[in-house]
Amino acid sequence: MAVLVLIERDEDKIKKTSFEAVSYGAEIAKKKNELVFCIVLGSIEKDKLKALGKFGCQKVIHVKDTQLDQPEIRSYANIVVKLVKEYDPEYIITAQSSIADPIAAILAVKTGSSLVTNVTSLPEVNSGCRLERGIYSGKAFETVELNAGKKIISIKKNASGISEYDFDPEIINSDLKPDTDAIELKITGNDKAKGDVLLSEAEIVVSGGRGLKGPENWGMVEELADVLHAAKGCSKPVSDANWRPHREHVGQTGIKVSPNLYIAIGISGAIQHLAGVSSSKYIVVINNDPDAPFFKAADYGIVGDAFKIVPKLIESIKKYK
Amino acid sequence: MKILVCITHVPDTTSRIAFVEDNTKFDKTNVQYIIGPYDDYAISKAVDLKTNHNAEVTVLNVGLLDSDPTLRRALAIGADKAIRINTEPKDSFYVATQIAEIINKYRYDLILMGRESIDFNGGVVHAMVGELVNIAAFSPVMEMDINGNNVKISREIEGGKEFIETKLPIIAGCQEPIAEWKIPNMRGIMTARTKPFEVVEPIEADVRVKTEKFSLPPQKGNIKLIDPEQVDELVELLINEAKVI
Repeated sequence: MAVLVLIERDEDKIKKTSFEAVSYGAEIAKKKNELVFCIVLGSIEKDKLKALGKFGCQKVIHVKDTQLDQPEIRSYANIVVKLVKEYDPEYIITAQSSIADPIAAILAVKTGSSLVTNVTSLPEVNSGCRLERGIYSGKAFETVELNAGKKIISIKKNASGISEYDFDPEIINSDLKPDTDAIELKITGNDKAKGDVLLSEAEIVVSGGRGLKGPENWGMVEELADVLHAAKGCSKPVSDANWRPHREHVGQTGIKVSPNLYIAIGISGAIQHLAGVSSSKYIVVINNDPDAPFFKAADYGIVGDAFKIVPKLIESIKKYK
Repeated sequence: MKILVCITHVPDTTSRIAFVEDNTKFDKTNVQYIIGPYDDYAISKAVDLKTNHNAEVTVLNVGLLDSDPTLRRALAIGADKAIRINTEPKDSFYVATQIAEIINKYRYDLILMGRESIDFNGGVVHAMVGELVNIAAFSPVMEMDINGNNVKISREIEGGKEFIETKLPIIAGCQEPIAEWKIPNMRGIMTARTKPFEVVEPIEADVRVKTEKFSLPPQKGNIKLIDPEQVDELVELLINEAKVI
């Protein structure tokens, strides 16, 4: 009855959010005196698999089949279901993503298990399994009890943080192949921005709003994001006006983020925007309107002209780094 | 083409969130209920498809009597008939099982819903329904182009979009900019009153995840305001106090 963690690759790297999922699984395993198994699908170098030991993994199940190099929900789910039947874990942990959640949903249906997504805390596992998850788009939390079958937990970023271990995980090679039925489906490509820090993985997010007046003024946002190694975000009006691509839209109907630091520049803080950022650990607001509602949700604030403050901030950060 | 649109009946995005009865129930006092904003994209896309694809649109909600005005609104926007499954939406699997039953009974070429509900934010009902009825499910879908049986969609993934080609039937969890939101006009509101509206009883299904209680996030402490001339001070606070850079 081990703890199984579903790892996600981004090309030849393991995603940072997966490291947190491993540490989350390791916390449960410690309490239950169990082992942490990680599932990795598709081609990847052996040292990257071994590195999972640093986050609490004791055994890696590597399914090498090259058909799995391209992530696809149904073929991934097909393999995961087989492995879950083989290893019979009590807990299955994933980091929330556009592929992990649907796989978890399919797994829950196939194995008669309980699935919770958007999880923000470690579970209490002494009797039963109880945990907290975010609801009302970050405006509240719900404590739930998982009642049926296996417990499938999809965690939000920063649910538990990363812990350090020095395990040397055993690598188990698996020859499983996906055998999904005849649904015709072809993934023809993607338009992923290369080299950008992903919003979903970022420790720091720098966002700009309408206060920046136009897309031509985004240079300083980009520079600030660069010096902080941060992801770039924006408010809804900015993406609606096509100043910035939709993939940067942070908010209730865009991407919800939970970084350690969120810096909002020229964003007034409409309730729908706050819903997407309220689980950030620290919020900095820079706005020339002292009555901007965002200041009420912020930890630090500067009232003033962003066009003067942001360049100073960039210089200051460079000085300290 | 037969289209099913599954909608949620949820508090307006600007609602004050509070709980009553020892934090076990949502406080509905003065709360306005709406079609979930993501579901609004789904219903709008379905109504767009009526024009060129001769589609017949059924709108479905799993909910109690108080959902009826929300379903009527969907009819006013342009859906042709409504079904309400008369039960509380207890958890994702429970809701997915109810929806799957309707799909198995009536069969649809396209099943649309929002990417997630804005109250419980589960975001997995589409994938669960897909597994229950053996139809491929995709979410969040940002663009959808249907030509005969062929469907081209783009799905949001971390850092961009993924482009997929497949065949009907499919299930899609919708989000912007798949369609422009539609607002009911007077004629729509009038005709909605006479459109078919069926209430069916739920089938038995597991409730696998049980809500025990609710809580609100801790209040933020007081904001520290920094002089715009002293930006270094902010950087020092972020390094030494918050320890985030």
